[in-house]
Amino acid sequence: MENEPNKLLKEFAPQLEQTSIQGYAWIIFLLAVIGLGLFAFITQVTHGHEVTGMRDNVVWGVYIVNFIFFMGISYAGALISGTLHLFKTAWRKPIIRMAEFITIISLLIGPCFILLCIGRLDRLYYLVIFGRIQSPITWDVIAISTDIFGCLIFLYLALLRDLATLRDYEILQLPKWRKKLYKIMALGYTGTEEQQKRLNRATNIMAAMVISIAIIVYSVLAWIFSVTLQPGWHSTIFGPYFVIAAVFSGSAVLIVCMWVFRKIYHLEEYITKKHFVSVGLIMLVLAAFFGYFTFSDYLTKWYGSEKNDELLIQLLFKEFYWPFIISNYVGVLLPLLVVGIAKFRTITNITLTAVVVIVALWLNRYLIVVPTLESPYLPIQDSRPEWLNYTATWVEWSLTAAGVAVFCLLFTLASKFITVVPVAGLTGETKPEEALV
Amino acid sequence: MEEESKKNQKSSRRTFLKKGLIASAGVAMGSGLVSACIDASSAGTGEKVKVMTTEGEIMEVDKGLLKLPRVSRQESHKGIPGKKFVMVIDLGKCKNARKCVEACQKGHHLPKSQEFMKVYLLQDSEKTSPYWFPKPCFHCDNPLCVSVCPVGATYKRTDGIVLIDNQRCIGCKFCMTGCPYSTRVFAWKHYPEFDEDKEPYSPEASSPGKEGTVSKCDFCPDLIRVGKVPYCVSACPMGVIYFGDVDEDTVTNGTETFQFSQLIRDRAGYRYLEMLGTRPCVYYLPPVDRQFPVDRGFGDLNENVKNRYKNTSYSKKFKP
Repeated sequence: MENEPNKLLKEFAPQLEQTSIQGYAWIIFLLAVIGLGLFAFITQVTHGHEVTGMRDNVVWGVYIVNFIFFMGISYAGALISGTLHLFKTAWRKPIIRMAEFITIISLLIGPCFILLCIGRLDRLYYLVIFGRIQSPITWDVIAISTDIFGCLIFLYLALLRDLATLRDYEILQLPKWRKKLYKIMALGYTGTEEQQKRLNRATNIMAAMVISIAIIVYSVLAWIFSVTLQPGWHSTIFGPYFVIAAVFSGSAVLIVCMWVFRKIYHLEEYITKKHFVSVGLIMLVLAAFFGYFTFSDYLTKWYGSEKNDELLIQLLFKEFYWPFIISNYVGVLLPLLVVGIAKFRTITNITLTAVVVIVALWLNRYLIVVPTLESPYLPIQDSRPEWLNYTATWVEWSLTAAGVAVFCLLFTLASKFITVVPVAGLTGETKPEEALV
Repeated sequence: MEEESKKNQKSSRRTFLKKGLIASAGVAMGSGLVSACIDASSAGTGEKVKVMTTEGEIMEVDKGLLKLPRVSRQESHKGIPGKKFVMVIDLGKCKNARKCVEACQKGHHLPKSQEFMKVYLLQDSEKTSPYWFPKPCFHCDNPLCVSVCPVGATYKRTDGIVLIDNQRCIGCKFCMTGCPYSTRVFAWKHYPEFDEDKEPYSPEASSPGKEGTVSKCDFCPDLIRVGKVPYCVSACPMGVIYFGDVDEDTVTNGTETFQFSQLIRDRAGYRYLEMLGTRPCVYYLPPVDRQFPVDRGFGDLNENVKNRYKNTSYSKKFKP
C-alpha cells in the first residue's frame, strides 16, 4: 500500500522542493544572529568569562537558565510524543513529528549552554576520563547522553516510514544526493507485514523508554540545584517540579510551532482547531500542576520561614517583583482562563497564551537560579555593584539569541528535509479528516 | 626534563618531611617557627634578608632559603602524616585591620578582586551586637564542594585540608554553589598577579593561579611543611587567628599557645552555621570582652573597602 504514489506527499512536495525568497531571507537572518553569537563566543574565549555578568556570587546566570529551558522543551517533546504514541491518540499524527523535532533540536542546543558556563573548555574531556560518579554533574553527563541517543533512535524510527515514502516517490524534484540519502536512510523498509510489526514494537519500546529517560534526566538536572545547601534550592520538590515545568514549557512551544507551520505551509486542513484545543488542554492541566507545585514550594518557605528563606522571598517580591508575577501568576492563570473557558478558546488566543507561558517559564528558571545566588548564607559584602547583583551582558544575550536562532534554523532545515506532517501515517487507510478525529 | 623535576620533587619531599617534623615540634612549643625552615643542605643565594621570629627576635637568613618548597600535584593529595589541622578565630579581638587579607593575597599572588580570606561585618539580629568576622575556608570534614566536583579537582586530605588542583579543575563552578559559606573564588580572566609567581604550580601553594578555574583558602600547607603558620595567622597584629593541630590539642597565633580543647571549652567556641552539617575545622570564639569598639574597624579603610559595608544594617545607623 505504501508503495503506491503518495497523494499527500504530492501536496507537500513543494515544501521540500523549493525555498521561497522569504525562506532564504529568513535563513540568512538566522545565520546573521548565529554569527553574532559566534562573535560573542570568541570574545568570551579570548577575554575570559569576565565579559559575562557572572561573578563570584552569581556564578551561574543566563547560560544555565537557557540550559534548563532548552532541556525542558526537549524532555517535554519526548514526553508528549511518547505518551501520545503509547495511548494511540488518533489526533496526534499531524503534530507528533513537530514534537519529535522539538525534542531532538533543543536537546542538541541545551548542553551547549552549559558548556558556555565552563571555565576551561579545553579540559572538557576530563569529565569522561576523570569522571566521579558521586557528582550530580556526572549523573547529568550520563543521563543527557543516554537521552540524546534514545531520542535520536525514537525520532529515526518515527521517520522511517516517511523516508521510505520519499524514496519511492520518484517524481520528486530533488538533487540526486538527497534522493540517495533517503534511500540509504530508509534502510530498505518496504512496509511488509513483518517490517511493520517490528517497527511498531520497536517504536513502542522506545516511546516507553524515552518517557522514563526524560523524567530521570530532568530530575537529575533539578538535583544539581537541590543537592546543594543553598536557600531556595535545597528543596525535595525540585525533581517533580522541574519535570512538570518542562512538560508545561514543551506543550507551549509545540503550540507555537503548530501555529507557525500551519501558517507557512498552509496546513489548515491538517492542523485544526481541535489540535490547538487538545494540546491547549494538556497545557492547562500542566499549568494547574505547575501552579500547585510553585505554590507549595513557596508557601512552605514563607510560612515557617528560616532567616535565609525569608530574605530570599523578600528579594523575590522586591527586586524581582514583575518577573515573579509574570512567571508564577500570569504564566499559571492565563492558560487556566484562556483554555479553560470555552468562549476564549480560539487558535490565536491559545497561541498567544503559549507565547506568554514560554516567557513565564524562562523567567521562572531565572528566578530559581539568580535570586538564590544573590542571597547566600553569608551576606554579600562588596562595593562593586556588578558583584552584588547579576545583570547579563551583551555576550550572554547574543549567545541566547544565537541559541534561539539555531533552534529556528535547524527546525527550518529539518522541515525542508522531511515534511513536518508525517505523510506515511496519514495516507491510504485514513483520510486526513479521519486522521484528525 | 620531567624526570629531573620528579627527582627534585622527591628529594625536596624528603626534606619537607624532615622540616615538618622539626616544625611540628616548633608549633607545639609556639616558638622557633622561622628557624625550622633553615636547612643547611639547601643551596643559598648568598643574599641575606632580615626576618623576625615569632618571639620577636631579628635574625638574618639566606634569601634562597626563604623560598617555599612545593610538592607535586600528586603528592599534594596526601596529607601531612599524623596531623589534623584546626583554626580558631577570636572574634573579640578582630578590628578589621585587614592584614590577614593583604598577607594572604600577597602570599598567594592574588589580584585585589580575589580574597581567600574575607572579613564580614555581621550582626545576627537587630538588637545583638555587630562584630567583625574573618572567614577563611572552613575545610569542612563533610565538604559538599568535594562531593559535587565532577572531576576530583578538589579533595579532602588526611590532615583535614581541602585543596583544589587548578590543573584538573574544569571550571564548572558547581563547588562554588555547593559551598554554603561563599568561600570559593573564580578566576574570571588571567590576572597579571598570576605571572608574578615563577615557581612550578602546586595545589599546596594555590599559585600560580589559572584563568577559568576555582581557588580558595588552602590553610597554607606549604608554610606548615616548613614549620610556619598560615599567612593570615602571622600577619594579624591582634593575634586573632590561632592555628594548630587537634591531635596535639594545641593552637597558636604565633605569640600565645593554647590547649585547643580547653580554649574551646572555656571560651564557648563554636562553629559557624553548625546546623548545615558540614562539620567545619574552623572554630570561632564569641565576640565578648572586646578589645576594640566595632567602629574602629572602619578606621583606616580606603573608600572602596568602606563602601563594602555600607549596606549592612549596623553601618546604616553608624555615622563616622
